[in-house]
This record gives sequence, structure tokens and C-alpha cells, in this order.
Amino acid sequence: MTMNPDVQLADALPEVAFDVDVVRQDFPALHQRVNDRPLVYLDNAATTHKPQQVIDALVRFYSQDNSNVHRGAHTLSDRATVQFEAARVALADFIHARASEEIVWTSGTTEGINLVAQCYGGSRLKAGDRILVSEMAHHSNIVPWQMVAERTGAEVVPIPVTALGEIDQAQYQALLDERVKIVAIGHVSNALGTINPVASMVEHAHAVGAVVLVDGAQAVGHWAVDMQALDCDFYVFSGHKMFGPTGIGVLYGRQDLLEAMPPYMGGGEMIESVSFSETVYNTLPYKFEAGTPNIADAIGLHAAVDYLGALDRVGAQRHEEQLLARADSMAADCEGLEMVGGAPNRTGVLSFNLQGAHPSDIGMLLDQQGVAVRTGHHCAQPIMDQLTRSGTVRASFSFYNTQEDVELLFAALAKATLFLQ
Amino acid sequence: MSNPFGNTITPEAVIDTLGFFDDWEERYRYIIDLGKELPSMPEELHTEDREIKGCQSHVWIEPSVVEGRLCFAVDSDAHVVRGLLAVVLAAVNNKSASDILAFDMEAYFQKIDLLKHLSPTRGNGLRAMVERVRQVAQEAMHRAGARQSLAEEPLVS
Repeated sequence: MTMNPDVQLADALPEVAFDVDVVRQDFPALHQRVNDRPLVYLDNAATTHKPQQVIDALVRFYSQDNSNVHRGAHTLSDRATVQFEAARVALADFIHARASEEIVWTSGTTEGINLVAQCYGGSRLKAGDRILVSEMAHHSNIVPWQMVAERTGAEVVPIPVTALGEIDQAQYQALLDERVKIVAIGHVSNALGTINPVASMVEHAHAVGAVVLVDGAQAVGHWAVDMQALDCDFYVFSGHKMFGPTGIGVLYGRQDLLEAMPPYMGGGEMIESVSFSETVYNTLPYKFEAGTPNIADAIGLHAAVDYLGALDRVGAQRHEEQLLARADSMAADCEGLEMVGGAPNRTGVLSFNLQGAHPSDIGMLLDQQGVAVRTGHHCAQPIMDQLTRSGTVRASFSFYNTQEDVELLFAALAKATLFLQ
Repeated sequence: MSNPFGNTITPEAVIDTLGFFDDWEERYRYIIDLGKELPSMPEELHTEDREIKGCQSHVWIEPSVVEGRLCFAVDSDAHVVRGLLAVVLAAVNNKSASDILAFDMEAYFQKIDLLKHLSPTRGNGLRAMVERVRQVAQEAMHRAGARQSLAEEPLVS
């Protein structure tokens, strides 16, 4: 469908063509009034709503199959284990990993990055080594690297971002040399929506022997990502930003790298045998999954993957592009509106300011009108401080948003502007 | 006394006016306008030690003692937050420390249906501002206890 590995379109033909009105029926939380107005939910980059299928899967697990996994000598435990491991296989397929051993359950993106920083970075980095981190990264893809750098003597070096909110590729390539051991970038910027050219950045990093961690939190809810096409070494994401439950996420890692990494936490599940003379760690992926895992939410995430699998994702993606195009054109016509970032290659995010208004004013006045957005620095302070005074207003879209939602956003903005004149 | 807050603009007046409006637009317009009536705080007082941390917008507070009463200069770079600060100031400005400590801010915000802005999850700094005001009042009480009276002095800690 597309030759661009950064934005994979689903290749399987769906059974039903995308219809936003039908799809919305699957999301109960969308159908409510807030402050006496119909909810217009435009905070999808923070978290997406859940389809009934995911909610049902959670209820079914707790009401029928609830049990611990991998250890019970009974039927319920077998049922829970089968479903839990089936979820892992489904997630491996979903991101086109080579094997389900490459899928480590985490609590979310943040834990995934910390795990890689501590276990991979902690065991490999030494003084003089460099970690390149995108200037527009989320704090969760900055701070863990600063922590491991402090411990190992390595140095965190920011990769500059242009005024349009794109990683400066020339400067990136100039920074790449044999000192660089790790490159940490986001697939999609949560603050600006910029889609980064991950595949080519990975290629350049590999050429100097660096490994690449990609924060995919803002990508997985928009299109089907492909580990083999991207060829990155680590890819992390959260279930709750792709219509699944909170508290569950995935660390994808290349098998040889995961094998060579020391474990993260010690405890049950992650061991093969324990004695006071020698403890032998379990095989992948269990080596990184100490303690009882988040069984129900992994199963819930599987339901989200199945939901997306049955959806016309090409149609959904096209619909999202139309929403953003409409938002961009209304933004261009909106007096006093200043886009922040606004790279042409963007997904799902309109980040902006209104002249003379603080983002928090806009956020509160939109909330009064039933429109949910996020305001502030979006946990990406370095780039926000570079591009803005007080952060931005961020409207973020998902496929269940409508053209009417976009219109309501701008109507609400017009009203907010009147208030603040 | 040029500051009308706590003098002509009282909590009772705020409750009365807000109770009179029946849509959110009138309410928020009033709150924003109230913010505009706050005496302006000189730019040079927008310093880090006067800033309330942890808010999305900047919020500054400068307490002082005038004729034995606590007075507060407050400011924010956001209009709605400035308005909400003004709502608080109506209740605490130009009051004795014991009056401030006796005032039930939650009940007040409940009455005017703005309690959500005082919730700990809101990043607007209002809650932190109210806590700071109470802290200033408590410190003033301690000092007064030690000296029997409030001296006229700035109270920046």
C-alpha cells in the first residue's frame, strides 16, 4: 500500500468499510454530556477511550477465568495462562515481531524505557559513551537516560529540532559517531504530532553501531507498526493509548539484545531455579517479568488488538487524515491562532496557542463547553520551552472523532476568544 | 485603601452575584472581570520566591501586614486563574490572621459551584495558593503570639 516504513498501512482487507458513526457506537464513554454539552473528546494523545469489546474482555476475565498464570494446578489457571500467552502472541503479530519471546509485558511506555535504560544501558554504557535523545522527546524518554548516564558516566546529547517541530536530520547525522551507543527517539511526538522518519534514522544509527529505542506510544493508536520494517532494536508502547486498558504496555526488543541483558527486577516468575548458592534466571520473556503479571489487562489489550484487526484501518487512517486536514485548514483561518510545530508529516495532533490567551484559560473555557483538550507543556518541556512561552493547547484526534468534533472545537475556541479579549 | 478585595468585594457579594447568573458564560465572564479588578502587581515582583510552584500558569503571591491585617498582592498570567485568585482574595484580603484561618474556603467554593477548581488534581495553582495564604496566616499568628501584636512589615519568607 505504501513504501514508507514509518507509516505502515494495514494490508489485510477489512470486512466492513470504515464508518465513523458505526465505530462510535463501540465506545460507550463517548456518549455522555459534560458540563451540559455533548462530550467532544480531543485528548486522545493522553489516553484513548475503550471499545465495549475491551471492557467486556476485562469483565469476562474477572467474572469467569480469574486465576494466577503459569503455576496453578487447576483449570482456571490453565484458562488464564492460555489467554495471557495468546495475548502475547497477538501483540507480537500486531507489531510484526519475529517471535513472541520479543514481547515483554510492562506497565506502559515509561516502564519499558526505564527497563531498557537500566538493563541495557546500565550494563553496556561507560564514561565517554553518548546517548542521543530527541529534543522533542517526552520526559519519559529523557529522564531515564539522564539517570543511567549519571550512573555510568555516559553523556546525554540532545538531537536538535527545527522550528517546524521536525528532528534536524543533518544535525542528527553529524552527531552520529562511534561514541554514540544508544539513540532514543519518539515515533510520533506527543506534543506536536510530528511523525519522525524512524526507519532511516535507525539505518544511520546502525551504521555507527548504535542501538535505537523508539517510543511508539503515540503511533500505535494510529496505524499498524512493523518491527521488521522499522528494524529498530527496542520499541515501547502503552495499551491505554491504543484503546486497551491502563497499566499494561509492551517492550519489544530484539531477541539477542534481550538475551544478553541482565534482568530488571528479581522475584517469582523470572527465575528457573533458586538456591542460596546459585539462582538461574528464566528464559525470555519471563526473565523480565518478575511477580504476578497484569494478567487481566494483557487480555484486555488482546481484545483491543482484535478490535483493531477487525477494523478497516486504512479507512480509519484516511478518516483521521481528513480530520487533521480540516483542523489545519480551520486553524489557518482562525484569527490569532498560532500553530506550534505544524510539520506536514503529522498525525493526530493540533498544537497551538491563541494570541493573548494562556493555554490554561483556553483549556478551562473549552471544558465548560464540553470540549476536552490538554494544555501545558505535555511532559515535553525542552521542546515547549524552545517553541513557546507557556506551552500549548493540544487537540488530539482518534478515528472515532468526527468532522463535527473539529467544528465544535473551533466554535468553542471562537467563544473562548471573545471571553479573553 | 485602593484594593477593593475584602473591603467592598466580599465573599457574600461574590456568592450573591454568582448565584444570580444561570449560565456558565455569565459566571466565567464575571470571574474574569473580577480578575481584571485586582490591583496590578509590579513586574519586578514576579520572582521565583513569590511564585506558587506546580501550576500550569504562573501564580505569584506577595503577603504583607497593613494595620495589623494581612494583605495579599496576587497575580497570574492566565485570565481565568487571575479571576479565581480574585475570588479567593475577596475572602482573605485585609483580614486578621485568625479570620483567615477560621474561613471555610471549601464551603465558599462549594456555594459558588467552583469546587472543582480547588481539587488537588487541578494544575491551576488555586489550591496551593489557598494553602500558602493559610500558611502565612499561621506564621503571623505565631509571630503575634510571640510579640503580642502584628508589626507592619513585608512577610516574604
